[in-house]
Amino acid sequence: MKISQGAPGAKILAFGHYQPSNVVTNDDLAKTLETSDEWIQSRVGIKERRIAPPVESEIDLAVQAGGKALAASGLSAADIDLVIVATCTLETQIPNAAGRVAARLGVDAPGAFDVNSACSGFCYALAVANDAVRAGSATHVLVVGTEKFSPWLDWTDRTTAVIFADGAGAAVVGPSDTPGIGPVVWGSDGDKSDAILVKDRNSFLHQEGQTVFRWATTALHPVARQACERAGVDPADLAAFVPHQANLRIIEAIARKIGADNAVIAKDIVLAGNTSAASIPMALSRMIERGEVESGGLALLFGFGAGLTYAGQVIEIP
Amino acid sequence: MAMTEQEILAGIGKIINEITGIPAAEVTPEKNFVDDLDIDSLSMVEIAVAAQDEFGVEIPDDQLKHLKTVKDVIGFIQG
Repeated sequence: MKISQGAPGAKILAFGHYQPSNVVTNDDLAKTLETSDEWIQSRVGIKERRIAPPVESEIDLAVQAGGKALAASGLSAADIDLVIVATCTLETQIPNAAGRVAARLGVDAPGAFDVNSACSGFCYALAVANDAVRAGSATHVLVVGTEKFSPWLDWTDRTTAVIFADGAGAAVVGPSDTPGIGPVVWGSDGDKSDAILVKDRNSFLHQEGQTVFRWATTALHPVARQACERAGVDPADLAAFVPHQANLRIIEAIARKIGADNAVIAKDIVLAGNTSAASIPMALSRMIERGEVESGGLALLFGFGAGLTYAGQVIEIP
Repeated sequence: MAMTEQEILAGIGKIINEITGIPAAEVTPEKNFVDDLDIDSLSMVEIAVAAQDEFGVEIPDDQLKHLKTVKDVIGFIQG
């Protein structure tokens, strides 16, 4: 049997992001919920988030973000031979999102599959894209994180309604002579599967806030540091730290504990809420757009969430 | 040797000061975390984690919600 030969390395060529246009502020939520702008900002760090209208699906969000990443990469749809969509909020499970996103973007007959590891989904999908390019299974991969949480939320539950939101982020991964995506460190803790879940088809998203907060602020920083170690990168040399945008207090706690002292810390949650698998590519795409990080710098991406699952890797900023 | 109530109180005062900025002297046994000290549920988790490091006693989330006052925490740590 013959086996395929891949590229010596893979790198991210470009990012793209998309948010629905409808802004929902904390004051908007306080009109119907027992909450306040002060309460939400001090506990979670969010000022506003975007909520998609019923006619705009998670596929629509993904197509917008994917199209922007593709345009920024300088490639055409014909160059893409694998599409991976990370999502946990798909309205219907059959068919998958990746095939529909690919068709809408004019990508002809690519490999197409979804990844569901919730808020760490983008980092899982990026790791698989990296491996696919290096193994020769694909040449150019479109990786999209897309979430439309709004239909999965109980809008009378202030523990979730103020946190989760809609949006999408995407990256194009291609071959490279030098490595631009470091080794992934990933794992899970299925004993805590009840901490974040949708119990059945008729239920809304439920989260044990204190359990998740304790786990995120105590168990994850060693894993994030390990992702740096495996890439041979000192956390002090990171130009950016882009963790999943779950909660500003978690973000700041992990950043402090890993010693990313010189890095720009992504705080996209302030204006985007928690968009699960979309949060990391959306945050970094916006940091690049605002000129907060330079091309060629190193960023640590680190996702964590329902499962419980986690994954992270160091990347070179395109 | 088991720690005295005063020693545990001093330790809790120091932890609360580090996490919330509240002066340790204000942390007295009868104080209610929410009503008197204005400490939120996430800060309570941070305090529980720090207390575990300091006193070697784990305070799980399902127990934490029953600990309303500083005295409750001292009692839990004393066992």
